[in-house]
Amino acid sequence: MSLTSTVADDAQVVTVNAQRIDAAMAIQFKEDMRTETDAGPQRVILDLSSVEFIDSSGLGAIVAAMKQLGKDRRLDLAGLTPMVDKVFRLTRMDTVFNLFDTLQDALDPEHVEH
Amino acid sequence: MVETFACSFRATELDARRGIVSVVDRLKNMGIPDTRVDEVQIALAEAVNNVVEHAYAETAAGDVLIRCNLHPDRLWVEIRDAGVPFPNAKLPDGNTVKVDADTPLEDLPEGGFGWFLIRELASDIQYQRNLDNNQLSLCFEIQLTSEPQQSS
Repeated sequence: MSLTSTVADDAQVVTVNAQRIDAAMAIQFKEDMRTETDAGPQRVILDLSSVEFIDSSGLGAIVAAMKQLGKDRRLDLAGLTPMVDKVFRLTRMDTVFNLFDTLQDALDPEHVEH
Repeated sequence: MVETFACSFRATELDARRGIVSVVDRLKNMGIPDTRVDEVQIALAEAVNNVVEHAYAETAAGDVLIRCNLHPDRLWVEIRDAGVPFPNAKLPDGNTVKVDADTPLEDLPEGGFGWFLIRELASDIQYQRNLDNNQLSLCFEIQLTSEPQQSS
């Protein structure tokens, strides 16, 4: 399993325990996300602070994970490292997701958008 | 002076990961700034993924050969494979779907970013189909960190 999950306040925090979400990892990641978020809070926060590298397969898998949640739930991203942040900005996916510098920021009630 | 190194690996996802990481380590040791190596890694990974997924899609995985030529002001990364040529011997455009905050969930793309990223990050791209291999070369402008800073 590439993910661990906890429920904090009103959100489920899913932590990625891998340094790379790349082509070798993307399908596993997508399946693990489906398992972890099958049911649960409306808001899911994906903690990416251990992830140093993501490629287009990994980016596609995160988009797929958000689609799996459906319209009534939402996937926010926290702890983007520099290379992950760059890939999100280059592809303009930074406009699609709520991005937080740290997991703490994502959990701060003042930062939560409704 | 041009510094050169090369490596090769099987075109599988796991071997590709190890190959890319080893090239990245070598580039960092050559004095290329980490942030620039990051950008090279993003583009290189997409190019290698394409080889694994497309060039060798219909055949047993062959080899991928990567050769890096570091000039004083630029880095050329050459990727060779013995797989099938690009369709019409032409590189994909890399036009990705434009997304923004208003893009409906179901319309968000789950792929097609690869060539877009390569074209965003490389300053020059050359492709030639040789008799039995593809030769793709990506160029990146480089300012070496190991060079002494000149003050005026």
